[in-house]
Amino acid sequence: MKRSITRLLMAPSVILLLIWMIVPLSMTIYFSTIRYNLLYPGQNNFVGWMNFEFFLTDPGFFPAVANTLILLASVLIITVVLGVLLSALIDRPFWGQGIVRVLLISPFFIMPTVNALIWKNMMMNPVYGIFAWISESLGFEPIDWLSSFPLASIIIMVSWQWLPFAILVFVTALQSQDTEQKEAAQMDGATGWHIFRYLTLPHLARPITVVVMIETIFLLAIFAEIFVSTGGGPGYDSTNLAYLIYNQALLQYDVGVASAGGLFAVLLANIVAFFLIRAVGKNLTV
Amino acid sequence: MKLTQQRKLRTVLTGLFAWTIALALFFPIFWMFITSFKTELQAISVPPSLFFEPTLENFEIVQERSNYLHHAMNSVITSFGSTLIALAIAIPAAYSMAFFPTKKTKDILLWMLSTKMLPAVGVLVPIYILSRDYGLLDSRTGLIIIFTLMNLPIVVWMLFSYFKDLPKEILEAARMDGATPWDEMVKVVMPLSIGAISSTGLLSIVLCWNEAFWSLNLTASEAAPLTAMIASYSSPEGLFWAKLSAASTLACAPIVIFGWFCQKQLVQGLTFGAVK
Repeated sequence: MKRSITRLLMAPSVILLLIWMIVPLSMTIYFSTIRYNLLYPGQNNFVGWMNFEFFLTDPGFFPAVANTLILLASVLIITVVLGVLLSALIDRPFWGQGIVRVLLISPFFIMPTVNALIWKNMMMNPVYGIFAWISESLGFEPIDWLSSFPLASIIIMVSWQWLPFAILVFVTALQSQDTEQKEAAQMDGATGWHIFRYLTLPHLARPITVVVMIETIFLLAIFAEIFVSTGGGPGYDSTNLAYLIYNQALLQYDVGVASAGGLFAVLLANIVAFFLIRAVGKNLTV
Repeated sequence: MKLTQQRKLRTVLTGLFAWTIALALFFPIFWMFITSFKTELQAISVPPSLFFEPTLENFEIVQERSNYLHHAMNSVITSFGSTLIALAIAIPAAYSMAFFPTKKTKDILLWMLSTKMLPAVGVLVPIYILSRDYGLLDSRTGLIIIFTLMNLPIVVWMLFSYFKDLPKEILEAARMDGATPWDEMVKVVMPLSIGAISSTGLLSIVLCWNEAFWSLNLTASEAAPLTAMIASYSSPEGLFWAKLSAASTLACAPIVIFGWFCQKQLVQGLTFGAVK
């Protein structure tokens, strides 16, 4: 009796998520095996693996996979490493802590389309941008960020969004660190580095796992920043999987190939998720 | 004496350092904000001008040209609507998993999280076609449904991690008095976790407000929220920075200010209780 009620309470969430997962996914699988171009309606015959062949031999395929992984890895490394170091450095009471917190978290609330526009125009523009002005004042040639270093530009935009989040999570976690232990270590002559390496870092293991997990969920799906700033270019230099598939589906109207690509993206996410879920499952007490 | 002096110096240095990072990271937002009060000419002046006579002209033009209020309304309705629905579905699920755990609970939770990892782009085409066939393209209802499902795993997780920390004795006391599981949830658990429920809701609102993949691909004008309105400023008006900044400021201000008030709960919430 009690059991059935508790199951009933869980049912809506589970059923809705099952539908949300299974229905579109099976449609994607079906579309990926037929010819389906919105420009040629009615010619939906079965084509087997052809769409996959098309997608995997697309000149954009390898750059897109590489860019997706580079983007994920770079932003994770930048935000976690810088986040840990910066939070360890500011882990001490100081004047105006509240305001600093508020300033720090702000980039996290900026929508991706605005983020991309601010950086593309006001920061990275080679003529009028702040970066150009800084490099000119220092006597260097200004850099045209978006065309010379498109992927790096995207990495900067995305890291700017997620670094503050990482810092705040780590700062919050450090506040629960045992200060007596730290002081005892200091008494015994431990250096700052030793304290960081053997006390602080282990203390941050769980928060780091969580930050990596949350960021991965969002970073694999980066889309708006590319859409608004570089448009995936020049060439395929800043195209990731999400953007490549969007291109196939909505710009070339080729639903079949786009679906094949979508399945590939799902596969890639699953590989990443497999390792991540295992790490998280171990680190989170459920 | 020397030790305290050293301590003081370190505190001052820490403060300086923290302020420098915070100001550097905040700078792009500050710059967007003040650019929105400049004329177009001042906006692209080299060297950048910090002191100028502010004008409100850009904001008037933005409202006139792209009907800011209409898109803001769409953002408010879709993010609040989907958050309320997600909470209504997730609270019973999280309650049931936290207070009546079975062997499968952990698997179900991890499975839910894994649905969140499915890349949206993998199901873009089917969702697009389904929305088209059911007349949900460019409609608020369509966006609300998608936002709800998109955030449901995170909402369940956050609520679950709060609920499982509640003392079990309270429930036992209620049960002695003959309360059913439903009564326990509505009359005991929910009132006790108002804070947790609202910070979960806040996070869901922020995520919906800033969601850009589905809103760019599934809306055109009628239901387009602010993320999509801003994207329409991306290319042709690329050089009208002052207007662009005004539009961006208007799009972000509500959620940034909203976020300032609840940043502490938001950060803690997003770590699923791993950070206290």
